[in-house]
Amino acid sequence: MKEPENKRIWSEYQKEIADDHFFYVRSCIRQSFFPGSEQFFLKMMREILGKDIYENPSHTTCTGIGYHTDIVPFETIMTVIARHFALMKEAGYRNIAISCVTSFGIYTEIIETWKHFPETLEKTREYLYKATGREFDVPENMAHTSDIVYKFRNEIAAKAKYRLVNRFTGEPLKVVEHIGCHYSKMFPKYGVGGAEFPKVLSGMIEAWGGQVIDYPERRHCCGFGFRQYIVQANRGYSLSNSVKKFESMKPYKPDFIITNCPGCNMFMDRWQYAMREMEGKTYGENGLSIPVLTYEEVAGLVLGINPWELGLQYHMVQSEPLLDKIGIEYNPSDKYLTKDGIRIPAPENLINIK
Amino acid sequence: MENLYNLLTEDIRFVEGLKACLNCGVCTAICPAAEFYNYDPRKIVNEVQKKDNEAIEALLKSETIWYCGECMSCKTRCPRGNTPGLVIMALRALSQKLGYFTESEKGRQQFAIKRTVGENIFKYGYCVATYAVKPELHPEQGPVWEFIIDHSREIYERLGSKYDELGEGPMRKIPEDAKEELRKIFDVTGGTRFMNLIEEHSQRKAAELGYHTGEGINSEYFVKVYTENSGKHNQKEPGTL
Repeated sequence: MKEPENKRIWSEYQKEIADDHFFYVRSCIRQSFFPGSEQFFLKMMREILGKDIYENPSHTTCTGIGYHTDIVPFETIMTVIARHFALMKEAGYRNIAISCVTSFGIYTEIIETWKHFPETLEKTREYLYKATGREFDVPENMAHTSDIVYKFRNEIAAKAKYRLVNRFTGEPLKVVEHIGCHYSKMFPKYGVGGAEFPKVLSGMIEAWGGQVIDYPERRHCCGFGFRQYIVQANRGYSLSNSVKKFESMKPYKPDFIITNCPGCNMFMDRWQYAMREMEGKTYGENGLSIPVLTYEEVAGLVLGINPWELGLQYHMVQSEPLLDKIGIEYNPSDKYLTKDGIRIPAPENLINIK
Repeated sequence: MENLYNLLTEDIRFVEGLKACLNCGVCTAICPAAEFYNYDPRKIVNEVQKKDNEAIEALLKSETIWYCGECMSCKTRCPRGNTPGLVIMALRALSQKLGYFTESEKGRQQFAIKRTVGENIFKYGYCVATYAVKPELHPEQGPVWEFIIDHSREIYERLGSKYDELGEGPMRKIPEDAKEELRKIFDVTGGTRFMNLIEEHSQRKAAELGYHTGEGINSEYFVKVYTENSGKHNQKEPGTL
């Protein structure tokens, strides 16, 4: 039977994502700024979805921020990544799960380089062996951790306690999704939906009851720009690009922003604070700012996890107005506790505080 | 003088990033840097493909090559499969190898990046770590970050972190033997030599300008390159690209 034409067209936007047995590599930025997100992802995989996911404490930075600030040579980062692959091989895993979009972009760049310039793969094998005595295999399957959440989005929806619906109006929440440039702009075939129709976050939002906003600057960079943020003198670049996006999304009245990349999340959160301080500007409704959540945080919320165990209180833009809209129960007095239940004095001057 | 175009072709990213540019300008249209800086990736790629040694030397010493944010949006859109962002990465690498980066304000910033991100890699095994993001260098992080820095251990422990301790978990201490392997990888692959070159060229420039380079971020030269901004980067100057 002849295959329908639309199925053939869309086949190139599909991505094969492994079903189980993952070797997990962390993100410098996600674990520094959103440790609750990484830990909830692992807990969800193991305890809610029943998957095997392994972390070797000996894995290090991928050196990606150094690479994209041009202080780490390509040969060096290829060998650092090869060491991660060696740790994976030694532990008996073949599927890698990457917690960072910058890292993910680098993994895709390196694997494609090895395919197109096989001599670089051989050279990397030599370098790694010489430096560490280790040997590696290229992974059979490579996923950003959001790809895995996307794959299991319907299972998560089936177990959800809440839906992304405004309980006062009954309407779906309006959500801005931000993919992050290095997820699929460089090597589209590695991203769900490619560079043209990225589905990784919008698929989650739709499965969990929300509605995705399509706005003019939807695919514009958050403004990280690596050296353009890291060096103080350059931060005008970073802020200006974020503001370009905020101005573009504001008329669509987003209830929240969901991000793929931990860096994008941090910038879109912190630059809202900076704009409020510098120019008194806010981009949400009624003078509020727009909460910026990671996909792990959103998955946790719909599954009914305590927002303070996910770490929502450690963004500049606070989420209570959003939690109230969804009808999520929370205890305001639990917000700033240690793991042993001792109260820490609350920080001052956060945004969206009731 | 060495043929700079030939030196660029030794970088595989340059070979991959520049096949033949037809000067359509789509890269400039999509570029976040072109929107806010006096920056035009089309002109840079065209200048490089002319193979004019003097023009390439001028680029390597210019402010222009440091404006790109490496978002790589240009790669998706180039109708000829070029990647101006990769051409920029090759130009920046060569500029640093030859010491030309110290001739521009934006280029000199590589010293500050080496002293922060570069030294974090060896010290902590991370490019970025909570304790390395100093609130005084990052006012935009706001009061939440000062709060996190003041209560790091309690906050991170509640979120399941192994804050600065051995074992699995976010912000765990990277074991010494893993950091030693990382150092050896840098030694074997030329990463250590490259960072030393950034340091040496920067120290030479600092001495020329009458600044001390000191240790870590505690130096006059660090503060200068980290904060200096002529305010002219979005203005077109006569005779520049």
